[in-house]
Amino acid sequence: MLFSENILVALAGLKANKMRSLLTMLGIIIGIASVITIKTIGNTMTQFINEKMQSMGANNIQVGIMQKEGKKDLFYGRESDTYVRPMTDDDLISPDMLKSFREKFKDEVTYVVLSEYVTDGNYQKSEIVQGDRTAKVSVVGYNEDSFKFNKTKILGGRAFLKRDYDEAKRVCLLSDRAVERLYDGNMDEAIGKPIEVTVDGTYYTYYVVGVYEYVEQSLSLTGSNSPNPVTDLQIPYSTARNENHNQNKGYSYFNVVTAVGVDNNSFSKEMRDYFNVNFYSRNDAYDVIVLTASSMMEEFNSIIGMVETGLTVIAAISLLVGGIGVMNIMLVSITERTKEIGTRKALGATNFSIRLQFITEAVVICIIGGIIGIFLGVGLGTVIMKFVNQTAVISPDSILLAVGFSMVIGTFFGYYPANKAAKLNPIDALRYE
Amino acid sequence: MKDNIMLDLRNIHKSFFIGTPNEFEVLHGLNFTVKEGEFVSIVGQSGSGKSTLMNIIGALDRPTAGEYNLDGVDIEKAKDNELSALRNKKIGFVFQTYNLIARTSALKNVELPMMYAGMGRSERAERARELLAEVDMTDRMMHKPDELSGGQKQRVAIARAMANDPAIILADEPTGALDSSTGRMIMDIFHKLHEEHGKTIVLITHSPELSMETERIITLKDGTIIGESTGNWQGLKAKEGE
Ligand SMILES: Nc1ncnc2c1ncn2[C@@H]1O[C@H](COP(=O)(O)OP(=O)(O)OP(=O)(O)O)[C@@H](O)[C@H]1O
Ligand SMILES: [Mg+2]
Repeated sequence: MLFSENILVALAGLKANKMRSLLTMLGIIIGIASVITIKTIGNTMTQFINEKMQSMGANNIQVGIMQKEGKKDLFYGRESDTYVRPMTDDDLISPDMLKSFREKFKDEVTYVVLSEYVTDGNYQKSEIVQGDRTAKVSVVGYNEDSFKFNKTKILGGRAFLKRDYDEAKRVCLLSDRAVERLYDGNMDEAIGKPIEVTVDGTYYTYYVVGVYEYVEQSLSLTGSNSPNPVTDLQIPYSTARNENHNQNKGYSYFNVVTAVGVDNNSFSKEMRDYFNVNFYSRNDAYDVIVLTASSMMEEFNSIIGMVETGLTVIAAISLLVGGIGVMNIMLVSITERTKEIGTRKALGATNFSIRLQFITEAVVICIIGGIIGIFLGVGLGTVIMKFVNQTAVISPDSILLAVGFSMVIGTFFGYYPANKAAKLNPIDALRYE
Repeated sequence: MKDNIMLDLRNIHKSFFIGTPNEFEVLHGLNFTVKEGEFVSIVGQSGSGKSTLMNIIGALDRPTAGEYNLDGVDIEKAKDNELSALRNKKIGFVFQTYNLIARTSALKNVELPMMYAGMGRSERAERARELLAEVDMTDRMMHKPDELSGGQKQRVAIARAMANDPAIILADEPTGALDSSTGRMIMDIFHKLHEEHGKTIVLITHSPELSMETERIITLKDGTIIGESTGNWQGLKAKEGE
């Protein structure tokens, strides 16, 4: 048919002018490659975060304090248009509030997970020094519920006792990794002995009561296969509160783990309303907000979506420039081939078939550019994701979209030159020198 | 059959606009007819308007004034698409500069008019092969134009002109760029098309000998027909017959 014939003619033309064709396609190649790269990275991130959130627990609700009212925020679901005042201790959720909350919802709430770092804000600097050996740790207090929720596995010694939590004992659990570094893995050497840890220049001493199994952080994009990870030096939550001089303070943030069968979406709202109606109705500036895994997922996805859209618009501009490049080269090509167009008309080509021939040629340029761009984009996306140890998620949708888009660009930017060719007067075209 | 009028031109004028308001008239009211199956040559000095006339005959250009009827079709009333169809089916062009499509094999070049006519792929390939065989180009049919000599290109061009079995062949100085022996070979092909296929042929030439081989000679001077004479074709035929 005429159509496949046109494709062959177009391909022969491209082959004859390889360098020029490549340069013409460059804009399309770059544009499509950027779109595909962005989409690949976006998809991979989305999938990664959603999986992690799912694994973090679909029955997990985060509770926190935020300034009241305002418009919708990107992440926390709200934004205050005016800053009222800084948060004070009176704005926090007091232990009494927490207690009455637990009693009210004892069937729905399995755990209230509390944790606190012993820190002045820079916990990464904590270190245990034993002779010439060191282990980097973060000193962090966990309550009994978080210990259970984290399913911490004790490898030697014992877990904390109720007494340890209630009386804020100066006891600790070391990770097997830390024991490996400090005692060559010999747990007996560690257990039952005091250990000294510096947190930003301040020394703390704890008695090691047991060793737990270190589990890699779940929300780390790089999958941290570090041979020397910073592990938790676990102490009772109450102890950590004491170290930070927070023992009588309320909580600005905690996690609630709900029982099996509880609908988190409605329960999280019920919970929020319970706090806000009972304890925060008279607070002038702050109240309680809740965040579930699914609401966080939605927020994440919408952020990634927005970033993706923004970048795609930029990439689309390069596609536009690419399209103009195609149009330009088509105009050149048509001028060069004026005599050919005249000859074709003399042989009986209609305006329609001339127009079709040149639109086909523009579309072929764009599709080839698009395909090269797809390969480049997929490759680039895969390589970038490899750097962060992720398998790239390639969506067939975006590939189809890219091919379709190249066709549209080819047709759109090819139409004007093709029409110009079609409308040439046969004899003027034939006589053209 | 020989009495059917193939081309009928009446009072044909052609002017070109060379910068307003000057109008430059090249053809000053030509009248002539060509019968079906006739082999006619048009001669005249350079710039006398031969090519201009030929372009009008070939429906590549429209006369400024006058009536032109090609095999029963009124050209001045035809629309662009009708002219395309007419050029495709009824006319075969042979140009002085061959005008083969670059980067396209001889075979594909010959197929082109059939493709525009909507003929099927295998059918047109087969016919193109036959046509190339007729001009003795079978062994070169896969070659691209830049791999062919002038005479070979012109033979491909003639095969292409014959593609849709047109009623009339228009040749504007087809031998003008060729040496005399190659020109002779091309002329022989035209004679074959005329005698064996019964084609109507209009040939523009500068060569008095070649024009003498045709049936009728139309002489143009400054856009006016100054004479018509009978060629020596009949005489040559008779000689051949002896
Ligand atoms: N498109 C045009 N615009 C202006 N003048 C033209 C155009 N085409 C032809 N002419 C003029 O018309 C006259 C006749 O030209 P034409 O090409 O028909 O001559 P010709 O008889 O074919 O000459 P030759 O034997 O050299 O090919 C010339 O003076 C030429 O300058
Ligand atoms: Mg001429």
